Amino acid sequence: MYGGGYIFDEPNKKQLREEQQHDDPEKLAIFEARISKGEKIEPGDWMPAEYRRQLTRLIEQHAHSEIIGALPEGTWITRAPGFKRKLALIAKVQDEIGHGQLLYNAAETLGKSREAMINDLLSGKSKYSNVFNYPAKTWADVTVIGFLIDAAAIVNQVANAKGSYGPYCRALERICYEESFHLKQGHDALISLATGTPMQKAMLQDALNRWWQPIMHFFGPPDKVSQHSEKLMQWRVKMASNDEMRNQFLDTYVPKLWELGLTLPDPLLHKNIETGRWEYTDPDWDLFFKVINGGGPCNQERLQVRRWAEEEGRWVRKALMNPKERRALPVA
Amino acid sequence: MSNQSYDPRVNRLKLGNADDPIKVEEGENWNVYEVFHQEKRGAHHEHVGCVHAPDPQLALVFAKEQFGRRKKCVNLWVVRSADILAFDLEDEDMFANNLEKTYRDASGFKVMDKINKFKGEAVKPPKA
Repeated sequence: MYGGGYIFDEPNKKQLREEQQHDDPEKLAIFEARISKGEKIEPGDWMPAEYRRQLTRLIEQHAHSEIIGALPEGTWITRAPGFKRKLALIAKVQDEIGHGQLLYNAAETLGKSREAMINDLLSGKSKYSNVFNYPAKTWADVTVIGFLIDAAAIVNQVANAKGSYGPYCRALERICYEESFHLKQGHDALISLATGTPMQKAMLQDALNRWWQPIMHFFGPPDKVSQHSEKLMQWRVKMASNDEMRNQFLDTYVPKLWELGLTLPDPLLHKNIETGRWEYTDPDWDLFFKVINGGGPCNQERLQVRRWAEEEGRWVRKALMNPKERRALPVA
Repeated sequence: MSNQSYDPRVNRLKLGNADDPIKVEEGENWNVYEVFHQEKRGAHHEHVGCVHAPDPQLALVFAKEQFGRRKKCVNLWVVRSADILAFDLEDEDMFANNLEKTYRDASGFKVMDKINKFKGEAVKPPKA
């Protein structure tokens, strides 16, 4: 799964502007021509400083989201209802951790070390998808995450897989293949509750009500306020606007919820037949930014658990480490 | 921290203070190995990605977890990324195929033209 349209950017861009002035205009023209022809950019190729920086941020935050995203679901492995659900959930959580590894490798090809990325996550400098700052209170939450959050992530990842950076595209191809199982098992578990006893239905409806706002936040702020620019679209770093992706998600998945007799906590939510676009109440974007900056119900817990794992695993990593190893970045 | 997690396992941990960040040292996450995947006996091993590991044996274990858990796989290779020797990307043009090098290709040799011509000109043997 993945963090949607929002890529957290650092407020201080002064150094960056200076770097950009050093981009060779001739090389930039060749680079842009290659992208417009649909060619992939590979690790050793020349690229503008801003392209490298934005991609590093994007892929790194995607990787963090995979790792942190496994935490709310991992919570439920010991309490999954039945053997089959438990097996599927273990497999899914293992996949997510594997996706994190694939993505960290892709980000490393851009020059940032694995350790620097983990440090930036733990210090709060680098973000992960905002949805994972909310708790999975009941089993119904796990089905909502498994179906809807993974569905939203697939919308995003299928778009990004057509981007311009080769290593990221190759990682996403593998990831999308596995995500199709996540989506299917999530849908299956959600349908079990939706067609189950009155208590199961009520539990699912409650979870859906609580998750609807974070899901609407998932693709990031509306296009009219989103600063992420045409340049990123032109360089095929960002493949579709936040509103386009949100609309595509609503178009596919809202009918799948309504057909099960479920409701969504937004009286304005409907498809405009004339425009073909979905209309909805604007979610609370102040809350979105508050949660990103540490004010969500689970921000602290997520980072503390991740930090605990890093600290407790350190002696094992050190015991196995050979300090004389010649180190390198991934080649492709 | 007043631990209010929904996860009983998290509540059992003694979690430190998030405001007191730890630092992971460079190199702590080990070295990089490239992974090559073989789908069936007799097929080529194909590059599929990489893993971080402290030594080749563990790299194989991680490669199996990462690249052998779904699609068919009969064998994996790992090799340290630092040991890969490759041409410079800027030298790509040296592989450009000169069109006049058809003498290197099977398509550069048109034997059937000559055989057919020979057969057409040859005197047909009289009927027995």
